[in-house]
Amino acid sequence: MKRSFIYFLFFALLFPLASAAQENVQVFKGAKIIPIAGDEIESGVLVIKDGKISAVGNEDDVSIPSSANVIDASGKVIMPGLVDPHSHIGEGDGGDRSSALHPDVRILDAIDPRSDSFNKALAGGITSVNVMPGSGHLMSGQTVYLKLRDANIIEDMLFTDDPEVEVSGGLKMANGTNPIGEGAFPGTRAKSAAMVRDLFIKAREYRDKIQKADGDPEKMPKRNPGMEALVEVLEGKRIVHNHTHRHDDILTAIRLSEEFGYRLVLHHVSEAWKVADEIAEAGVPASIIVLDSPGGKMEAVDIRYTNGPELEEAGALVGYHTDDGITDSRIFLRSAAFGVRAGMSRQKALEAVTIANAKMMDIEHRVGTLEKGKDADFVILSGDPLSVYTHIEQTWVEGRKRFDRSDPEDKKFATGGYDVFRGTFHSHDN
Amino acid sequence: MNLSYMNILKSTLAILAVLLIAPFSAEAQVAVKAQTVYTMDGQTLSNGVVLVKDGKIERVGTASQISIPDSYTVYEAAVVSPGLVDARTVVGLAGIYNQDSDQDQLETSNAIQPQLRAIDAYNAREELVAFVMNKGVTTLHTGHGPGALASGQTMIAKTGYHTVEEAVVDTTAMIAMTLGSGVSRNFKSPGTRAKGMAMLRQKFIDAKEYAEKRNSENSPSMDLEMEALADVLAGKVTALITAQKANDIMTALRLKEEFNFNMVLDGAAEAYLVLDEIKEAGIPVIVHPTMVRTYGDTQNASFETAGKLHKAGIPFAFQSGYEGYVPKTRIILFEAAIAVANGLPKEAALQALTLDAAKILGIDERVGSLSAGKDADLVLYDGDPFEYTTHVTGVIVDGRVVKGD
Repeated sequence: MKRSFIYFLFFALLFPLASAAQENVQVFKGAKIIPIAGDEIESGVLVIKDGKISAVGNEDDVSIPSSANVIDASGKVIMPGLVDPHSHIGEGDGGDRSSALHPDVRILDAIDPRSDSFNKALAGGITSVNVMPGSGHLMSGQTVYLKLRDANIIEDMLFTDDPEVEVSGGLKMANGTNPIGEGAFPGTRAKSAAMVRDLFIKAREYRDKIQKADGDPEKMPKRNPGMEALVEVLEGKRIVHNHTHRHDDILTAIRLSEEFGYRLVLHHVSEAWKVADEIAEAGVPASIIVLDSPGGKMEAVDIRYTNGPELEEAGALVGYHTDDGITDSRIFLRSAAFGVRAGMSRQKALEAVTIANAKMMDIEHRVGTLEKGKDADFVILSGDPLSVYTHIEQTWVEGRKRFDRSDPEDKKFATGGYDVFRGTFHSHDN
Repeated sequence: MNLSYMNILKSTLAILAVLLIAPFSAEAQVAVKAQTVYTMDGQTLSNGVVLVKDGKIERVGTASQISIPDSYTVYEAAVVSPGLVDARTVVGLAGIYNQDSDQDQLETSNAIQPQLRAIDAYNAREELVAFVMNKGVTTLHTGHGPGALASGQTMIAKTGYHTVEEAVVDTTAMIAMTLGSGVSRNFKSPGTRAKGMAMLRQKFIDAKEYAEKRNSENSPSMDLEMEALADVLAGKVTALITAQKANDIMTALRLKEEFNFNMVLDGAAEAYLVLDEIKEAGIPVIVHPTMVRTYGDTQNASFETAGKLHKAGIPFAFQSGYEGYVPKTRIILFEAAIAVANGLPKEAALQALTLDAAKILGIDERVGSLSAGKDADLVLYDGDPFEYTTHVTGVIVDGRVVKGD
């Protein structure tokens, strides 16, 4: 009797909620929609159901369910949530100074899901992000792909239900001057490459032992989390995100990836314009950055705004990243606009902050375009995405509004101000 | 090689040189036509013309008012503005490579060294000078950076020249001073804000006494440090005080009040908390780059500060500031653009980039507006100067086309 009453209460409470969720259809009507996949739609309709896109198209072509909550978005522009393939938000860390190579270190074990920096990214329209450890190591650790959901614990933000089973991040590597150092660190570029090759040769042997064991626990090598991550790299399940600037360092990164057959994304790629054809030829994606001026370090003296158009013309997959705090997540769209300014096509520049980056993170089936079946991650803009005068008015993640500029509590993350950013990356000054 | 061949070679080279250099070099007479001419001299002209003769602005008016003489080389643009004035930078002292050998903006042997002259360190051929010039900057207020209680002097220079002597407009514009947490990172002492102020006050008291004695019969021997501070106390040189946090801004105002010197406030990330106090003190502000990183003393910086300064009626200008890493310098046009997107009216931003900056630096007789008789410093754009996708298509410094198509 008592138990059945509890059951009754349980269902009474649960059922209306569940049905409400099922019928929770949201429609955005009248906006100019930039789906990235396909032509821009002048007066479009976007239909959201259960956190997914259930339809997108012309007002005439898309039927609106009668139960739907219809939001008039006339005069606005809607595009996919931005994907940032290289960021340091979340106040995480990475490997320490004990070694130059830390394939076992995971940044997901160090991120603060309550960090203000996630609000900053949402204010910039970013909904998916590759959070990486730094570039002061040859291999500073495993990166993590995050969805900027309302999260209490880091698990709430992952792209996977179980990070122990499913790969949902990359491996951060760096070459050039940043990883050069004393003690356990290489002193030269050639030594850097030798140390990386050494480790991948070991990883290959580790993988071969596992294959030979063929499931026999007696023959299995001792578990080694670092080696396991490198085997994921060798098997193409985990992408290497390689910080690199100078043209010869870019080619070295490509050479090593070809020797061991791993999947590579080049990051920063300051001198991409010198080797754009080689990058395209190798089929390696380039994740580049906009710096307002060159210099600040020897390797960035020759960086050019024209990296974007040069890579586009060469036929390489090219995207922009923030490297937040090097550039600011709040103005990530500015990078795409600077691409156009330097000669990129509008389409490729917009892809360079959305789908191109999703492809570099193996999440293009979930995000990066507005297409039926994809996650309902999108931004509502006050105008054209490539204009300085345009503001991101709302950022939605999986059908939930995560940023609303009309709410003063949210707007402050877009503008900054007193006591807004309390937990940023200044902690390493201490 | 025989002599006649040499001569032919020489004259060929000379012709080649003229052909190559001509588009970028001295043209005594230039006319610039644009759909929009922001004169900053009272009006914005549609279909305007600016005539330039012998390095100066000859005449400004509409196309119907001005007929361009045949001998003038004509340039066209969508928009023209006066040359931009970067009101606080370190380019020329802080080089592109960021190696010890090209970083002269901060001397760390002593926290107070107002005697260090910017002209002794300015590299007119520094690549970053050319870089900012190509983004519209024709006048730089550059010199010693933030980071010391008194890091040294600043100077005013034109871009587009090869030596400091050609470039210089004012050899000694201001003394750069800094309050806040940054100083203690560069020096053992001061280790605290309060100690820093105590040290500065003592130096100003010493300088006051020194100045009095120098005018007496028992004049002490000349002391460069004391001379520099005495010039500040005498109102000959302005104190440029970098202060980001509201408490540091108030400390700067207190110091000015005590010693009654001319002052310009630099940075002022939390200016929006003390607008009334800044206004009442009558202090102009060279506001931090809009996109300054929000950590350390600039943690509370806002994109809206320039707009708020404008609304409060406080004179202000834009700066590229000092950058310790990448990018090695900022671009004031880009910094102003973000301010315009966050509440600053477009015309007010242009004025802050030109005439108001010139006024704060005391050079508005020469630069800052397109007015007959002023230096012919112009920037040509292919669209709205602040729009992300607009290019600077031409730059003219003292009548010379230093960047052109």
